[in-house]
Amino acid sequence: MLYDLLIEPFAEFEFMRRALVGSLALSLGAAPIGVFLMLRRMSLTGDAMAHAILPGAAIGYLLAGLSLPAMTIGGLVAGLAVALGAGAVARATVLKEDATLAAFYLISLALGVVIVSARGSNVDLLHVLFGSVLALDDQTLLLLAGVGTGTLITLAVILRPLVLECVDPAFLRSVSHAGARVHFTFMALVVMNLVGGFHALGTLLAVGIMMLPAAAARLWTNDLTGLIGISVIIAGLSSIGGLLLSYHLSLPSGPAIILVAGGAYALSLVFGRAGGAIRHFLPARHLEA
Amino acid sequence: MAARIEFQDLTLGYDRHPAVHHLTGAIESGALIAVVGPNGAGKSTLLKGIVGMLQPLGGRMRLDGIAPHDIAYLPQLAEVDRSFPLCVYDFVSMGLWRKVGAFGRIGRGERGRIEDAIRAVGLEGFERRAIGTLSGGQMQRCLFARLLLQDSSLILLDEPFNAVDAKTAADLLDLIRRWHDEKRTVAAVLHDMETVRRSFPETVLIAREVVAWGPTAEVLTPTNLLAARRMIEAFDDAAHICARDAAA
Repeated sequence: MLYDLLIEPFAEFEFMRRALVGSLALSLGAAPIGVFLMLRRMSLTGDAMAHAILPGAAIGYLLAGLSLPAMTIGGLVAGLAVALGAGAVARATVLKEDATLAAFYLISLALGVVIVSARGSNVDLLHVLFGSVLALDDQTLLLLAGVGTGTLITLAVILRPLVLECVDPAFLRSVSHAGARVHFTFMALVVMNLVGGFHALGTLLAVGIMMLPAAAARLWTNDLTGLIGISVIIAGLSSIGGLLLSYHLSLPSGPAIILVAGGAYALSLVFGRAGGAIRHFLPARHLEA
Repeated sequence: MAARIEFQDLTLGYDRHPAVHHLTGAIESGALIAVVGPNGAGKSTLLKGIVGMLQPLGGRMRLDGIAPHDIAYLPQLAEVDRSFPLCVYDFVSMGLWRKVGAFGRIGRGERGRIEDAIRAVGLEGFERRAIGTLSGGQMQRCLFARLLLQDSSLILLDEPFNAVDAKTAADLLDLIRRWHDEKRTVAAVLHDMETVRRSFPETVLIAREVVAWGPTAEVLTPTNLLAARRMIEAFDDAAHICARDAAA
């Protein structure tokens, strides 16, 4: 019974195994990125970046069809251009990064739509919008694994300045020039993960596997290491749970994964030990000292 | 350990308006100098200019014996995001940045120094506390511990005793005296004239321009303080280009 429910779908079907490997690889990189986005109060930046990637991927699709390299490169170029442009403008003018990013991603989105309609072709962008986690080929799996590995290694390398840039950017500026480099490296990681994510979950939902586990983890711990660990676990369990849910109930798999992550978030809101609702409304008795 | 700062006709400001106007003088190595003056007099601007966060609008400034990145600088409103899940120990350890950088190991020697710094500011027992749970005074002690670890020969403090109780201020002042005894150069922006008179041998009184600079007792006279108070705070949008540059 349990075997039928949990193991059989993966044992039986190769596409389910591929989906599992792909979404787990994605969870490994995207969840920690989400943690830092959240801690830097940039939770919505991921969403903006996802929109910025869409036209790039669409152009790639127009030029080369459903080609992994073309769409990946298109998305990367569009995403990085918006991230770099917004960051540069924020540092050189009075506009703050949020306003600049909003301006850039809207321009990017509009430009993408114009290009698509100028070609006049009836492009089916469902794949780009909602992904196809059940149709991951070897190439895409390699991309997802590469993104996950690259993200973890890069995060390990830039961890110290990244934390410093989050906690006390002025101090980092006063002791080193690393601030801007660290920021752009981090934004590049965001873009990489979103581009990897859209192959599995689509541009609109790729942000979900980033932000939902991070937000849920924040309700369980006050410790950075804990946050990263818990968010990866929640993202991984959501991937497994979502795939099983979509298999048994014939739901679209990408949204199912994000919905399970949403469920984990809702549970954390109520039961979270570090700031959940129960702790808030039923405070424990105070201590002596 | 010798850090000297020399200003030559230095003008610092924002959007072409001078906040520090034609400053000439030097902060000698080992000096313990108070920077005083009314609000808007350019005190914080001067410190920002020294650390290189502001480029001069005119004139020059020279740092001897120290690079800008080696200066230990405590800004007025530290932009610390205290909601970030980080404990006191890890926060203080950032003071070692110039030594360990992004990748250097924090070994036994460094850990000893971090513990010493935390003890020196009276925060022992707080090591594992999240910085978000500290009171204002405790956070200031935490920032001082980080300054201690920076082990800099030039320490710039912008209103270090703001919103801090008397006990904390006295403790932090002891640290400043210790730095002075160790021949470090210390400049602090202060508003409490009593503290300045008691603990700072040298004072520069500025009101955009230098009103008086020298031994504290000679600078903080009623005449000088009144002159400083007469400074006009607002920038004049219709101001002409400063004539003194043209004359020079």
